[in-house]
Amino acid sequence: MKEQLKSIEEKAKAAISAVKDLGALDDLRVGILGKKGELTGILKQMGKLSAEERPAMGQLANQVRSTVENLIAEKSAALQAAAQNARLAAETIDITMPGRKPPAGRLHPLQIVEEEVKEIFLGMGFSIADGPEVEYDYYNFEALNLPPDHPARDTQDTFYITDNILLRTQTSSVQVHVMETQKPPIRVISPGRVYRSDAVDATHSPLFHQVEGLVIDKGITMADLKGTLELLMQRLYGDECKIRLRPHHFPFTEPSAEVDVMCFQCHGKGCRMCKNEGYIELLGAGMVHPWVLENSGIDSSVYSGFAFGLGLERIVMRRYNISDMRLLFENDTRFLEQFR
Amino acid sequence: MNLSLRWLADYVKLDVTPKEFCAAMTMSGSKVEAYEEEKNRLDGIVIGKILSKKPHENADALFVCSVDMGSGEPVQIVTNAKNVQEGDLVPVATPGTVVTEGSESMKIKVAKVRGVESRGMFCGLETLGLTQNDFPYADPKSVFVIKEDCKPGQDAASALGVDDVSVEFEITSNRPDCLSVIGLAREAAATFDVPLTVNTPVFHGSDEDITKTLSVEILNTEKCTRYCAGLVRNVKIGPSPRWMRERLRASGVRPINNLVDITNYVMLEYGQPMHAFDLRFVKDGKIIVRNAKAGEKITTLDGIERELSEENLIIADSEKPIAVAGVMGGEYSGIMDDTVDVVFESAYFEPVQVRRTAKKLGMRTDASARYEKGLDETSMPVTLARALQLVEELGAGEPVGTTIDCNYADPKPNHIPFDPAWINAFLGTEIPAEDMVKYLESLEIKVENGECIAPSFRIDLARPADIAEEVARIFGYNNIPNSVIRGVAKAQLTPEQKLTRTISQTMAGMGCSGILTYSFISPKWFDKIGLPADSRLRRTVTITNPLGEDTSVMQTTTLPGMLEILANNYNKRNPKGWLFEIGKEYIPTEPDKLPEELLRLTVGLYGGDADFFTLKGMIENLLAKLGIPAVRFTRCGEDCAFDEKCAFHPGRSAVVYSGETALGIFGEIHPAVQKTYGIGVRTYVAKLNIPELFAVASDEISYKPLPKFPAMTRDISVVCDEAVAVGELEEAISRAVGKSLESVELFDVYRGEQIENGKKSVSFAIILRNPEETMTTEQADAAMKRVLKALSAMGAELREA
Repeated sequence: MKEQLKSIEEKAKAAISAVKDLGALDDLRVGILGKKGELTGILKQMGKLSAEERPAMGQLANQVRSTVENLIAEKSAALQAAAQNARLAAETIDITMPGRKPPAGRLHPLQIVEEEVKEIFLGMGFSIADGPEVEYDYYNFEALNLPPDHPARDTQDTFYITDNILLRTQTSSVQVHVMETQKPPIRVISPGRVYRSDAVDATHSPLFHQVEGLVIDKGITMADLKGTLELLMQRLYGDECKIRLRPHHFPFTEPSAEVDVMCFQCHGKGCRMCKNEGYIELLGAGMVHPWVLENSGIDSSVYSGFAFGLGLERIVMRRYNISDMRLLFENDTRFLEQFR
Repeated sequence: MNLSLRWLADYVKLDVTPKEFCAAMTMSGSKVEAYEEEKNRLDGIVIGKILSKKPHENADALFVCSVDMGSGEPVQIVTNAKNVQEGDLVPVATPGTVVTEGSESMKIKVAKVRGVESRGMFCGLETLGLTQNDFPYADPKSVFVIKEDCKPGQDAASALGVDDVSVEFEITSNRPDCLSVIGLAREAAATFDVPLTVNTPVFHGSDEDITKTLSVEILNTEKCTRYCAGLVRNVKIGPSPRWMRERLRASGVRPINNLVDITNYVMLEYGQPMHAFDLRFVKDGKIIVRNAKAGEKITTLDGIERELSEENLIIADSEKPIAVAGVMGGEYSGIMDDTVDVVFESAYFEPVQVRRTAKKLGMRTDASARYEKGLDETSMPVTLARALQLVEELGAGEPVGTTIDCNYADPKPNHIPFDPAWINAFLGTEIPAEDMVKYLESLEIKVENGECIAPSFRIDLARPADIAEEVARIFGYNNIPNSVIRGVAKAQLTPEQKLTRTISQTMAGMGCSGILTYSFISPKWFDKIGLPADSRLRRTVTITNPLGEDTSVMQTTTLPGMLEILANNYNKRNPKGWLFEIGKEYIPTEPDKLPEELLRLTVGLYGGDADFFTLKGMIENLLAKLGIPAVRFTRCGEDCAFDEKCAFHPGRSAVVYSGETALGIFGEIHPAVQKTYGIGVRTYVAKLNIPELFAVASDEISYKPLPKFPAMTRDISVVCDEAVAVGELEEAISRAVGKSLESVELFDVYRGEQIENGKKSVSFAIILRNPEETMTTEQADAAMKRVLKALSAMGAELREA
């Protein structure tokens, strides 16, 4: 019986190592360990053995059984792994083939920059105000200290609807609406479309976009204006960004300034991009003129404030190196798809 | 305003380069646009003296000259100029010089001309960028034979006085005083902290009493507050001296003759326009400043006859207008070759008056541009004296020693409180009061007894903020510190702003790209979309002075703008255009009232396998995202709220509602409209009204518990007439099942084999669920029985398998 067991073990070892697939392995298992299997058959004869022999034989038989079981388990694992590998190999695909993209739309570059500017100002505690584009002369000019016959009106070629109604030439018109409807402290920006009768070319459009800013409170200083604008520019262009203010004239601010940002290309040394200036003009700003405050019912001896107006197209064109403004309004999909 | 730096040096002594000058002036408030060093124009051109001139051996029209270029060794130059002789001084462009004649540039090289070497080129006035106005004795058509005091080898720029620096300033409308050499000199003195020297002009003149010959009467003393007149006898018209011509040229003014040049010179120097009349044409020696009479006419200096109206202020003699006040003189009033006696005018005309007249008559002149910004009412006698001083200096005539000053002006200098603490608080600075006083006084603003007294030429100074600006700009804007606004402010997007942002993001997420179109369109575009002649959308906000008809009316519908962009993309062969825009429609209200500006979402699709249901699905997704309930779709019928329905395919368009609120219209563009736009593929457009979306949208979300009991799914296919709408079948199923219906979803519509013509097979997946307990098969079967009965009543019968 001992020999029989040994022989079963030997035969099983050889057979298991020769097996090539899981089905044959299972057949083999049934043939040895199954109810009618060889080993099972032997174990059934155990009863015939003497009481002395039985424990030793029993032990041996169990050894053989577990050896065979282990071998089968190992083999099974190996065969399963091989089968999986074969399947993986067969299923390999060409990963350089193009992906199936769900349709992806893009925002217009002006929308992208406008959203970014809004985010920056929301973060600084500014609300966002809206105002009409078709506007009374009063809000666009008169209430901003530009009475009829003021020579500064010449600098803004205006589209008129009637003698008294026009297409706003500047988002500054929203300043007056805000001051009429809100009490200080005021902290708003107002992005929107403005209109000037400029013929279309690479740098002019009869319609363009501005963002107006207005802050009114007790103790607002020109230093606050500078600090706010520098923060804006640093958020837009990075922490190294520097600005400079040049005295200028707007009838609705005093002092008034034009604000330049240091040229990104040459960092102030002067190059072709900045026409050798070292700086690029980006916006107009100033302390709200006391006349404008008073005209809107705000006591200029108690409150002060600043205002600024930013041209969005200019920022968009600089950011994306767009040299022709017409592209922004042509909306060619090949253009639109480049922004994100 | 172009400034000659040489002229400026009469008033301030500066030791800076032109570049430094321009940078500092810009930063103190006088913005420099550009500057030109005149000498660069004549770079490489030097004075040569002709030693000999011989005929060219191979060419009859050419000469070979030996020229002394100051280097000791004579230089050989071939020329075709007949007018140069031995001993003449001429400008010579040396090899390497780039010269420009007309629009052509060429580089001078050492070259053989018909076999003879030539080492340069003689230049004429044009090549030097000069005209006969600069050198009246020169022959403008030939080589410039120089009669100036100069030496061979000297650079032509210095020899000819083309070596000034001309600085172009952009002067803002509040600073007319800076439209003058003296005004800019004052700014320069303050900017560089150096003294300003301005002498009071003095002239001697004859003993004659001017009032015997000339009288001045102002009839409208509101519009003309001051009129000074002087008289010059026996004028000798001729070119003005070279220094004056050079300065005028550097200031961008063409020299004409000594008298005209004097008036221009004084205008540039003081900013005060001057006018000169020929006394012969001042009838009876009477100058009357009055309003024109209706229908009165004047032919102005430019030869155009102009009809005047009563609001125009004129200068008249006893009979007729001789000048439009502050704008332009009359045809015969000017200086002519045979003029003997000249009247000089220096006057103050009220700015708005001049501006209106100039605008109305369409004559914006250098003079009117100055008057309309407001001049110094005290400068008239000074400028008149300066003109007469120059007449004497130039020997251009004999000024009469007495002048007329008809003065109704009463300029009161503005007194403005001077409060250094307030200024520092306003600017955010800590500038010592003494420094402020120094800055202000350098600008001739007197500081006395806690007050600033504005000088008469600074009509822009009226309030403490104006004084703060003066202090700030001389202190330097960039020396002001940067600070952060104090205090907290609550800021967030309004619900409308949030909704609009969500719409943009959702549309982009579904594959549409944002576009921006003009708000103004052509009225013809209404015809392009087939809008009925009586449509209210044709009532527009119309621009009275548009750039062109194409951009003359504010859009009352966003549809044509979108179609234009789709068409442009299609024409550029872009295979797919999926676009959206958030823009406005401008709807007129009452006359003289502002229109309504209404936000619209416009979506346009072509290509990319888009069809009606692509667009409908986008709309459904968007409305779901916005939390809009009770969405339903109807065909555009007779009572459709959207006039744009004419642009849509009648069988493939719909109006979308939430409850009873019409939200928008969408569908396939009508083939005729598509053809008009030249789009060769089916095109789909939607227009949704954002205010209506906002009115029904909700951002409230309350979580519903997940189902505890399993659902049952039943699929059915029914056959019905083509005319029966899937939506109606869905509604019938929904009603028949009742509250245990979880969803009903169309999954197939089939026509063809096995289905009778004119009919269709429609398949639905119906999911049933009871929230309280597990639904039994019996319950589900009963529900389906009700469904089939309801469908059957609509003529939809269960399809036999």
